[in-house]
Amino acid sequence: MIWILGSLAAWAALWWVNTRIAASALAERRAGRVAAPLIFGLAMLIVWEGLVRGFEVSPVILPAPTAIAAKFAASLDVLWIDFVQTFVKGALTGWVIGCGAAVAVAVLIDRSPFLKAGLLPVGNFVAALPIVGIAPIMVMWFGFDWQSKAAVVVVMVFFPTLVNTVAGLDATDRMHRDLMKTWNASYWQALVKLRLPAAMPFIFNGLKIATTLALIGAIVAEFFGSPIKGMGFRISTEVGRLGIDMVWAEIAVAALAGTSFYGAVALAERWVTFWHPSQRGGR
Amino acid sequence: MRRVLPVLVVTLAIVVIWYVAAVWLNSAWVIDQAARAGREPSFMDILRGTMNQDRPLLPPPHQVLAELWELTVEKRITSKRSLVYHGLVTLQATMLGFVVGAILGVALAIGIVHSRTMDLSVMPWAIISQTVPIVAIAPMIIVLSNAVGIEGRTVPKTIISAYLSYFPVLVSMVKGLRSPEREQLDLLKTYNASRWQTFVKLRLPASMPYFFASMKVAVAASLVGAIVGELPTGAIEGLGARMLIGSQFGEPMIMWTALFAAAILAALLVVAVGIVQALAARAMGQVAR
Repeated sequence: MIWILGSLAAWAALWWVNTRIAASALAERRAGRVAAPLIFGLAMLIVWEGLVRGFEVSPVILPAPTAIAAKFAASLDVLWIDFVQTFVKGALTGWVIGCGAAVAVAVLIDRSPFLKAGLLPVGNFVAALPIVGIAPIMVMWFGFDWQSKAAVVVVMVFFPTLVNTVAGLDATDRMHRDLMKTWNASYWQALVKLRLPAAMPFIFNGLKIATTLALIGAIVAEFFGSPIKGMGFRISTEVGRLGIDMVWAEIAVAALAGTSFYGAVALAERWVTFWHPSQRGGR
Repeated sequence: MRRVLPVLVVTLAIVVIWYVAAVWLNSAWVIDQAARAGREPSFMDILRGTMNQDRPLLPPPHQVLAELWELTVEKRITSKRSLVYHGLVTLQATMLGFVVGAILGVALAIGIVHSRTMDLSVMPWAIISQTVPIVAIAPMIIVLSNAVGIEGRTVPKTIISAYLSYFPVLVSMVKGLRSPEREQLDLLKTYNASRWQTFVKLRLPASMPYFFASMKVAVAASLVGAIVGELPTGAIEGLGARMLIGSQFGEPMIMWTALFAAAILAALLVVAVGIVQALAARAMGQVAR
């Protein structure tokens, strides 16, 4: 009982702190913008811990955060193997190939209005389809190892990136293109110096969508067959063995990997498109 | 016509590439069979042999369509193989998740727009929640809902669908509820409008175009959630379950027809949302874009 009341009191106290931060001048500064979500996350963890202990929830159903952290620290080697198998080999390889191919194809079809008019609606349509469904087919074609996972990721990230890049290459003003022409810039010069930089905000939009899709694709494909390592494999086997704390440790890895992957792309975006209004300070 | 022609040409090109790839991928099996029988297959033999195999690496389009026709139109809906039946199971979870996700997204957006504290502390977590791959959490949702005593798989599938579909609604609604301009808000203040009146008479109507724009994304995401929710559950009903069964029993045609059924379902849902959007826009006196 003391755990439940204690955790709820801690929640209330931390919420009050956040209200103070929101009302103060801190909310406009970076420190407040970082601190508030961190405090909220901490409050969630405290309530989780308190409720699990207070209601004496069996660890087979829902382990406490401290138990998950202990399991995480104790099985770093296994988690690392799974991380390399699923994230580095499956998701990252597929993401690089898929996004690279999408940008290349976008630049190629950009020269032909006919192809663009034909491929864009098809691409938009395919981007709305549940492409995860090709996972079993890719596993059949490319085997159980990471190649099939990368293949699923390639197809999943290709269309959103393609559609965004094509839209981005159209984003230059008439004036800018005319200016390039008055300088007698060749097609490639105009592409590299004007149109690709102008397309970058759109391309990064696609790349960011692709990061979350990449991890989903890589993990889903493991449900259809995998070698005896990988995050999806570990999750499905540990659920069967009632090793729920290991499952949560694996979820923590997936969450960390997904968030830092997204964060890394967002940082790269800030670095590349520093000139764009959305990136200039004071938002 | 000028807009339709390029799409037709591209679609036709895809079909042609598909046939070529089907012949190429499936020919190995035909050549292998012929070699075992001690025959030298001619090109026509190979061509014919690749068009209608039982377990093709890549079934040609007409084979998929024929199988799809048989499993949807000719099978009784009560049959365990009918894709209409499995599609309805998936559709049910999709729609439930879509509704729950939309309500959750709108509710959170209202909170975020009205409370600075929620804006600061909840919004970043909403973004983080989408970078966490839901498929990793899906098995846990199933275990948890079983532990709480919920039978069947509809509830966990609904939760997974809602998890994927609330986010686009949330982002759009926050943008939409904040879309009224300073002058409009000031005008309501001069009328001495309460917060509630401002919300009902200004913010909510102003957010509607944003709301409907997010619906298409949300319904597609919801379908993905329902299919993914069927994978780790050991479910035997639903399009995702058909894919898993096809994979485990090495039956490519089951996988391909389930994939196509899912694609058709997604297209129907997006079109349906588009129609509702156009009707609502007309009812509200807006010009449909």
